[in-house]
Amino acid sequence: MVNFLESFLRVAQHADGGYQPILPGLILLFPLVGFVINGLGAFLWRDSKRVPSLVGPLAIIGSFAVVLANFLAMHAAMPHDPAIVSLWTWMAVGDLSIGVDLQFDQLSVLMLLVVTGVSSVIHVYSIGYMREDPGYSRYFSYLNLFVFFMSVLVMGANFAIVFVGWEGVGLCSYLLIGFWYENREFASAGKKAFIVNRIGDFGFLVAMLLVFTHFGTLNFVEVFAAAPETLVFGGGVVTLITLLLFLGATGKSAQIPLYVWLPDAMAGPTPVSALIHAATMVTAGVYLVARAGVLFAMAPVSQATVAAIGAGTALFAATIAMQQYDIKKVLAYSTVSQLGYMFLAVGVGAFTAGMFHLITHAFFKALLFLGSGAVIHAMHHALHQVHRHDDPNDMRNYGGLKNVLPITWGTMWIGTVAIAGIFPFAGFFSKDEIIWSAGSYGYTVLWVVSILTALLTAGYMTRLMVLTFHGENRSGADVRPHLREVPAVMWVPLAILAVLSVVGGWIQIPESLPALPAVDALHHWLEPVMEPARQVMTEHGLHQAHESPLGGGEAVWAIMSTGLALIVVMLTFRALVHRRYRPASESETPTGFAGILYNKWYVDELYDRLIILPLLALWRGCWRIVDVGLIDGTLNAMASGTRMVGWVGSLFQTGRVAGYMFWFVTGVVLILALLLL
Amino acid sequence: MSNFFESHWVLSLLLILPMAGAALCLIVQEEKSRYVAMLTSVVAFAISLPLFWTFRSGTAAIQNYVSVPWIEAWGIGYTIGIDGISILMVLLTTFVTPLAILASFTYIQRHQRAYYAMLLLLLAAMIGVFVSLDMFLFFLFWEIMLIPMYFIIGVWGGKRRVYAAVKFFLFTAIGSLLMLVAIVVIVYLYYRQYGVITFAYNDLVQLPIGRDLQFVLFSAFALAFAIKVPLFPLHTWLPDAHVEAPTAGSVILAGVLLKMGAYGFLRFAMPFFSHAATSPVVVGTILVLSLVGIIYGAWVAAVQPDAKKLVAYTSVAHLGFVMMGLFSLTTQGIQGGILQMVNHGISTGALFLLVGMLYERRHTRMIDDFGGIAKVMPVFAASFLLVALSSIGLPGTNGFIGEFLILIGTFQKYPVVAFIAATGVIFAAAYMLPMVQRMLYGEVDREENRVLSDIGIRERLVLAPALVMIVLIGVYPQPFLSLTSASVEALIEQVEHRAVSAPVQMGVSDLRFDRMPILGIDE
Amino acid sequence: MDIETYSLILSALLFAIGTVGVMLRRNVIIMFMCIELMLNAVNLTLVVFSRSLGIEAQVFVFFVIAVAAAEAAVGLAIIISIFRHYELVDVDRFNLLKW
Repeated sequence: MVNFLESFLRVAQHADGGYQPILPGLILLFPLVGFVINGLGAFLWRDSKRVPSLVGPLAIIGSFAVVLANFLAMHAAMPHDPAIVSLWTWMAVGDLSIGVDLQFDQLSVLMLLVVTGVSSVIHVYSIGYMREDPGYSRYFSYLNLFVFFMSVLVMGANFAIVFVGWEGVGLCSYLLIGFWYENREFASAGKKAFIVNRIGDFGFLVAMLLVFTHFGTLNFVEVFAAAPETLVFGGGVVTLITLLLFLGATGKSAQIPLYVWLPDAMAGPTPVSALIHAATMVTAGVYLVARAGVLFAMAPVSQATVAAIGAGTALFAATIAMQQYDIKKVLAYSTVSQLGYMFLAVGVGAFTAGMFHLITHAFFKALLFLGSGAVIHAMHHALHQVHRHDDPNDMRNYGGLKNVLPITWGTMWIGTVAIAGIFPFAGFFSKDEIIWSAGSYGYTVLWVVSILTALLTAGYMTRLMVLTFHGENRSGADVRPHLREVPAVMWVPLAILAVLSVVGGWIQIPESLPALPAVDALHHWLEPVMEPARQVMTEHGLHQAHESPLGGGEAVWAIMSTGLALIVVMLTFRALVHRRYRPASESETPTGFAGILYNKWYVDELYDRLIILPLLALWRGCWRIVDVGLIDGTLNAMASGTRMVGWVGSLFQTGRVAGYMFWFVTGVVLILALLLL
Repeated sequence: MSNFFESHWVLSLLLILPMAGAALCLIVQEEKSRYVAMLTSVVAFAISLPLFWTFRSGTAAIQNYVSVPWIEAWGIGYTIGIDGISILMVLLTTFVTPLAILASFTYIQRHQRAYYAMLLLLLAAMIGVFVSLDMFLFFLFWEIMLIPMYFIIGVWGGKRRVYAAVKFFLFTAIGSLLMLVAIVVIVYLYYRQYGVITFAYNDLVQLPIGRDLQFVLFSAFALAFAIKVPLFPLHTWLPDAHVEAPTAGSVILAGVLLKMGAYGFLRFAMPFFSHAATSPVVVGTILVLSLVGIIYGAWVAAVQPDAKKLVAYTSVAHLGFVMMGLFSLTTQGIQGGILQMVNHGISTGALFLLVGMLYERRHTRMIDDFGGIAKVMPVFAASFLLVALSSIGLPGTNGFIGEFLILIGTFQKYPVVAFIAATGVIFAAAYMLPMVQRMLYGEVDREENRVLSDIGIRERLVLAPALVMIVLIGVYPQPFLSLTSASVEALIEQVEHRAVSAPVQMGVSDLRFDRMPILGIDE
Repeated sequence: MDIETYSLILSALLFAIGTVGVMLRRNVIIMFMCIELMLNAVNLTLVVFSRSLGIEAQVFVFFVIAVAAAEAAVGLAIIISIFRHYELVDVDRFNLLKW
């Protein structure tokens, strides 16, 4: 038997470069304990808010502290090889051996830092946001569980453990989307998320099977080390593995064609949308692709697919975001679009750029979601006071809120400017690097698409800000006096994230930008992990150009794009700020092209008609026709046949002894006759 | 004490005790019989549990073995023992039965004495099937098992109980009769070859059967076992039997009885007829049928309006996985298959328990009669969700371990089959989650659901062991896998060896296969 | 024709009378007597053949007599109980066990 506690707290034995993971088990243990305590609390002390308010955030902050310590230790040592912490053997069957192993390298620790960091902030915010919810304790237990599984996903040292986290976060997402389960629609959204994700998970699963068959192991270290020798560059196997992994990523990270669950996932509480459906879980796909960078680098076809789907999703989702009125839906499509950017980056081979955007996006998108949560919170409160049932999420009911929610307004503008990619905010650096990578690696079409999307991004975000905070207030005279700024427990997290949205990009400033200190921190940090992938790419002649497809270096295009974004923001602002919107109840549904966008290109309806309904019909047919009709029908026919024969036989059973005697004698005579003749 | 657990007495006691308990049930007062049954089954579980630790997992030999002549003229003996293939099945049986009995306390109101006696008799017969190493004894237990189950469905079942009971009986009886014929043929062949009449498994397993004959005999065995599994398209007795059976009946049916088919393949059909069992035709057929079972079972489950029927169809899908694993003939596949049998017993058993709890309260199993149950029965809802997730095969629960190992094992030999089977994970979510959603979530829109009481202490006691096992096996399955590994590896080796060296015709070679080693005798 | 032939013809006649009686009569008592007649016809045959084929055949006769006695006892008991119940012995009326 394994001593669980000991193994949980054990420090890795083999770690070179002087770095040893510090209390690795605690990173998982804290959220797990939080989950257990809060989960029990949901049943035992339902009305007490003190325990969950304390345990929930503290568990995550504790985790964050341990991660921070690990980050600092790793920063000091900069080990070249990952440190593996083995907790216990999960399954060892035949030549298959899977351990519950955690991997500590630059990539996982960085990701952990983002995950636990953003989680801590959002947990604190949740204390305010969920204060009046009857499921308070349950909420924190789910949220803790999510951080646990997310940490497993990030730290997993082999595909199987990552898969545990992968499906685990899916479960938490399911539970949190359907958190207000009494609303049938919300519960359905959760279900949809889980099932769509399962399609992706199928890809992941089969990819694992392929990896095991070809490598005999699922451990990252061994697989990635052996990949360049074991598999053929650009061969069928590696292409299949990576495409299947990417199928998993499209599910989790909401890319075409599996993105449909994410907008619906906004049914969950807003902090959940911020944490799971913007900052952390949905980026797991990007993380996975970066993690398996070597494999992707070996499969140019998959790379191109990833990049194309990423860019396509980015543009597609951005167009939908232009015409949404639900503030969270705009942000949801924006998330889908930004995730597309990340995939574009890892697709063209700029893994670091993808991770970079993942980090900055976590900051500003969490900020935007929490900001929208603050608005919704305020609106909901005010509407509740006057007993109105208007939609507190609909931007048509907002307007001019900057006077009542000044902090929210200010911080959200920071987020907006950041996501629009305007210098010197975080999004500028990361998005610029992606666009530049797409161009310099020769993906001309995708490069153009990404620039176009950047402009759309600036457009729809400005539209969101104008509709919400500027112009006249449309909430109604009775509601207006009840609108208030959110309490400190909610705006302080906003402020923290706002600061990060400004400075977050400064960890990676390219050399080519003039008049700026070239900080190459991120590239340098991730180099030990990303080096093998880069090597594979260089070996096969993939080089980054110094000019874009239309000429001009990085600096030119960076300045150009930030300028363009700025112009779009200003133009949109001026165009919309004086437009007179009406409250949602008095508005008409958009028509024409706007209507198509408003209805999200009718993709949900298309899926319904083309996939779900035919499938259900097929399934019903299987049951009614094959099972009940064919199989049971045949059997029942056999049974009734037997019964028929019996009935015919029973006709001889007249009940008259003389009759029986007659048949008996006839029989005897016949037999005798046969014998004698 | 340790001697006791290494001797055959532990197994013999597991056979005798329930029978004695059954007799006692019949003579005590009506309302006391449940306690007798509960006590008996708990003691049986307590007796069997130490086997988990005393069992020597390093060897493929038969342990706790005994062979006592019984009908000497026919070479029939009381021969029992366990190895890595049967130990988990025995433990599963003794684990599930107390839960089933405890769940019946309020459910069964009529003829309680007879009911509990039947359950205990069933327990003895099930253990008998798993420990018998004599073909006659095995067949005896195999048939004895039918009788209590027939009555449990037919007497204490739902509206169409007689139809279901007769269907169950006819299906199983047809298969087992053919198997009996095949057993007799093997015994005769052995007699013709070596001049000795014997029913002992260890003797018969040495007989090299001619290749053509193997196919005939294999089909007879396979039909009996495939009906039990059940393999598509022989599965239609299952939904009816499950729906009509009382909760305990469903739990035992799903928990243990279905495993006997798969166990029979492993223990008898594959070693006896290795050539047939590994021939492309047979393997292809069974893999395709398993595959159809996985996909089709999930599809049909997804559109069931009756919760119990839905769960019943999921069994078809899960057992499809098991069969696929077994016939992949890889270590991972078979070990995963065995573990998946245990998992399915626990998870699906628990699902039936949960549905039964609702049925006791509302007297309906229709999914649409519920809704918003999570609000009024939070503990129930949480348990239901966990069990459902285990059934879906979420990593961290037991269901994943089995499915994953089976897929890994199958993929190495039959990648396309495993690929298609893996789509089962999608469909699993597509049948389970809508049910969860329609029953647990949404508003409480029916008055009668508003006043439902959450599960009480007894019901929590019923569920708790299953829930613990779901997580335990999911997180730390290695001890369970270790138990089976040596036997499975030996089995694969044997089957592969026999498959190629089976004689084309009988009697032309004086080949004699290895028998199974017996711990304490051969070593 | 020797004595054996005559005896066999007699037993055949007796058997035929018994058979026809069972077939045609409705009264249980009569049918019962006819059955006895048939049994005794068989006995006669056995005795006749024992003359030429050996004494063993007569063993069967004892068996038949024993069985017939038992049958008579059980059968008459049944008939009496039936009569007590229905107050008639018409065989066509006793068809409760028909299906």
